[in-house]
Formats: sequence, structure tokens, C-alpha cells
Amino acid sequence: MTKTFMERAVDWGRRKSPWIIHFNAGACNGCDIEVVDALTPRFDLERLGMLQQGTPRHADVLVCTGAVTLQTRDRLKQIYNQMPEPKFVIAVGSCACSGGIFDGCYCINGGVDSVVPVDAYLPGCAARPEAIIDVVNKLLKKWEEKQKEE
Amino acid sequence: MNQRITIPIGPQHPSLKEPGCFTITLEGEKVVSAVVGVGYNHRGLEKACEARTYIQDMYLIERVCGICSHTHSTAFCQAVEALAGVEISRRAAYIRVIMAELERLHSHLLWLGVAGHEIGFDTLLMYSWRDREKVLDALALLGGNRVNYGINTIGGVRRDISPSECEQLRSMLDFIEEEDKYFIDLALHESTLAARLGGIGRLSYEDALRLGAVGPVARASGVPTDIRVIEKYAAYDEFPMEVITDEHSDVFGRAVVRVKEIMESIKLIRFALDNLPDGELKVNVPRRIPEGEVLSRTEAPRGEDIHYVRSNGTDKPDRVRVRAASEANWHSVAHMLEGDYLADVPIIIAAIDPCYSCTDRAIVLDHRDTGCQQVLDWEALRRYSVDFYRERGFDAKSIKIPERKIIR
Ligand code: SF4
Repeated sequence: MTKTFMERAVDWGRRKSPWIIHFNAGACNGCDIEVVDALTPRFDLERLGMLQQGTPRHADVLVCTGAVTLQTRDRLKQIYNQMPEPKFVIAVGSCACSGGIFDGCYCINGGVDSVVPVDAYLPGCAARPEAIIDVVNKLLKKWEEKQKEE
Repeated sequence: MNQRITIPIGPQHPSLKEPGCFTITLEGEKVVSAVVGVGYNHRGLEKACEARTYIQDMYLIERVCGICSHTHSTAFCQAVEALAGVEISRRAAYIRVIMAELERLHSHLLWLGVAGHEIGFDTLLMYSWRDREKVLDALALLGGNRVNYGINTIGGVRRDISPSECEQLRSMLDFIEEEDKYFIDLALHESTLAARLGGIGRLSYEDALRLGAVGPVARASGVPTDIRVIEKYAAYDEFPMEVITDEHSDVFGRAVVRVKEIMESIKLIRFALDNLPDGELKVNVPRRIPEGEVLSRTEAPRGEDIHYVRSNGTDKPDRVRVRAASEANWHSVAHMLEGDYLADVPIIIAAIDPCYSCTDRAIVLDHRDTGCQQVLDWEALRRYSVDFYRERGFDAKSIKIPERKIIR
């Protein structure tokens, strides 16, 4: 399938400036702070064209931290469903990857992938901002390659 | 005609990083009543603590909250040390103080940025978070990690501070001091900030006492409460301390208290570095902790943090209860919101420096309309669990709960 010029332009725009939304599904706050940290002067994710968005309807990438609690499970699904296609999910922190230290607690559903499909996993407790930049970068590269193949 | 509208905010919302739900009833632009709904972050930590040994619990307790992790682990360690009847060395106590004050520095700078963001003053966010990185560097230098430093262990601390690290700390402190002078100047003399923050989220002295506010929120209403002074845990008995209070009783007052506390923390760390005593880092604590129960308090950046630990003579605690500072402050938030404008809601909520992961411990549901109250006392809870398991073919009646022994 060949893409029209307009479609290619949109793809390029998306790749160069993915908007992210951050959702805390039950994290200890450590990873959330590091995600926000990545957006502030020292690390400055905006260099890669990233912008944090308030609403899922504007976002391309869902950055999810923390093990999913029973309370947030449905909210996470809702937010995921509200995002427009194509969408990506990054699980930031050990908790988000597998449930981490909270795995087995009575109020924990599991990692993020127990609720929504995850594209990139970033372990670490807490994940460092450098790692967050790296994972975003890798995700974009992978996407670029996939688009070239199409 | 005034029509009342109810709007829900949250749990995912643009202004805060964590999930919390606020149901706000408006009359025009004014808030008539506000209901705070928390609990999205409840993970069942206290229960998990009961199933693990004390050493494993240390790691769990640190992750109650990523921002004030050191406070929580200090409170827990103190409780276990008191139960085991050991005294930590002075050096270990000093290192705990240094970490606690560094944590306060980073937490207050973080708050300043978040508050700036809430009122559309993003420059302040970028400035204060830039400076906060220096503090995080120092924490990483001493603890090995930027967030959950893991410096505490039962019986002392895990890492020492070398002379060269002291020097690096000192130069970091000089930098933060210069920057904080600017922030104090900004908070006290910048007219736009005073106009935006003054007069909103009022909490009078009486209300602060009545609603049980703690930490900077209470101090901004003129209540001189500070566990570091009241209880002098760790090494605080040797430190010259000044409790910072303010009479504004509004969001502006809370900002003033916090920027001034940064200065105070810098002084405390300098004092600790100058007077760091020699000694062992860690004393040995037996794995099995004798029976007893203890309440331990520390002053978190957000206020009083209470840990209750009950042991039963094994290597696992019988009950752990965490009452974090934000949990105490939520009651005043609903009160503060009433009568203010909708546009002020985010900053008023942010002004208590809320921490949901701290707050979301056990939840009590009070269904006033239906008259059904799900508050179970210890005995009722036990009866309930006995019945629950009997239905499933397991008789828990045969298990005896040890008598509680109170130590003073
Ligand atoms: S991975 Fe660690 S720092 Fe991150 S949310 Fe989980 S416990 Fe907190």
C-alpha cells in the first residue's frame, strides 16, 4: 500500500513530535517524579519534540507507571481506549513491568501489560530519566523502521 | 438564579501526577462543597509487610512513597529498634538526619515547582526543578539512587559519608542557598505571586487544630508543630532548631513556610557535617524481634508521619500501620476549598503537597445515606474473617491471637 503525500507528512509529524500522557496506575511516586523530571531542564525531553498532554485524546504515547491497582484498572482501560490510533504504551519502572515489589498484594492486578498491550518495558526502581529518554528514542526508531517497511 | 452543578475532577487529570478524584459542587464559580476521593493508589502494603521479614519490609516501606521514602523507613526502623531494645550509634543518627534534611530540600523544591505550574508560572517550575537536580545528585552520591536511596537499615545505616563527599555536599549547599535566597525574595516580594496566592485556601488557627492539620500546612496557620522539636528523634536533640511559622493562613503562607524551611534545612545539614561524630554505622539487631508494640513518629517534608508496629516474637511483624502526613491533611482540604473559586481548586489542593501513594492506606467507607457503615473494629474484623473462612471449609477459630503487651 503506498501512502499519499499527506499521510506521509502526518506520519513524519507524529514521529518527530509524539505527545505523551502520563498515568499513574498505583506507583509509589518515584517513577512519576522521574517522568516529570525528564521533562524539566536537565533532561528536557522536549528536545525530541515530546510534549506532555493533559488529555488522552491528544496523546500518542501513554507513559504508565506503577503496578495496576484494582481501583485504577478500569480507568487505565478507559484512557487507553480514548487515545487515537496509532498509540503506544510505555511501562516505566519495575512495578509497571511486572508488578515489581508490589506483586502479590491483594489490591494489585499485575503489571501494566495485564490490562493493556505494552510496546516498551523500562525496568528500574526508579527508572532514571536518562533511561526514559532512551526508551522513547528507541520506540521512535522502531516505529520509523516499521513505517519504512510499509 | 443560582443553580448548583457538580463536577468530578479526576482520577486522571492534567494538574497532578497521581490519581485522586474530587467531586466539586459549584454555585456559579464558587465551590459550595468538595468531596475528596482517594484510594486509587491503595496497594495493600501494610498487609504485605505482615507476610515478610523485617529486613524485607524495609524495602517495602521505602516504597510507600517515592518522595519521602527516607522518612518512612526511618520511622519504621525506629519502631523496630525500639522493640528490639537497641540504640543506634550517633554517627548513624547523624547520617539519618542528613538524609532526612536532603529529602526535605528536594521535596520542598519539588513543591515550589508544582505550585508554580498550577498557577501558570512555569518558569518557576523549570527553575526550581533545575536546582532540585543538584539535591538529587547529592542523594545519589550518598545513597546510590536518586529516588529510593535505601540508606536506612534496622540498627543503623548502610553507607558512610566520606570526607570528600562532605565537601561535595557543602558546595551543593552553597549553590542551593544562593538559589533559595532568590526564591525567598520571589515569594516575599513578587507582587503577582502574592496577589495570586494570598487569601485563597484559608485555614484559620482554630480550624487547623480542629481538623488535625500537620506539617507546613499547620505551621502556615501559626501552629508551631514539628516532630523534630516535639519528639527529637534520631539526632535532632543536638541540633539548634527553629520552627518556622507564618500568620498568613493561606496558600501564600504555605509557600513562605516552605521556602524558609529550605534555608533551615541547609543550616541543619551544615551543622551535621561540621559535627559528624565517629562511630559504628550499624549495630546488630536479632532477627527475631521480641513481642510488643510501638508508635514511632517522624517529621516528613509534608508533616507528621506515624508508624505503628506490633511484633509477636517472630521475624515478621504482626501488624504495621502507616499514617502518612497527607492523610491527616486531606480533612482540611475539603474545608479550604469551600467558598473559593473553581480556578483556585488546583493550587489549593497542591498547596498541601498531596501525596496519594502515602495516603492510600486502608480505606473506611462511610455510607451515610444508606446507614451502612463499614467500620470494623479488631474483634468484628476477626469474627468476619472466621466466618469467611468457615464458609470455605476452614476453621480459623483454633488459631489464637497473642495477648497484646504494651511497652512504654
Ligand atoms: S518501580 Fe520502584 S520507584 Fe517506580 S513506582 Fe515502582 S516502587 Fe516506585
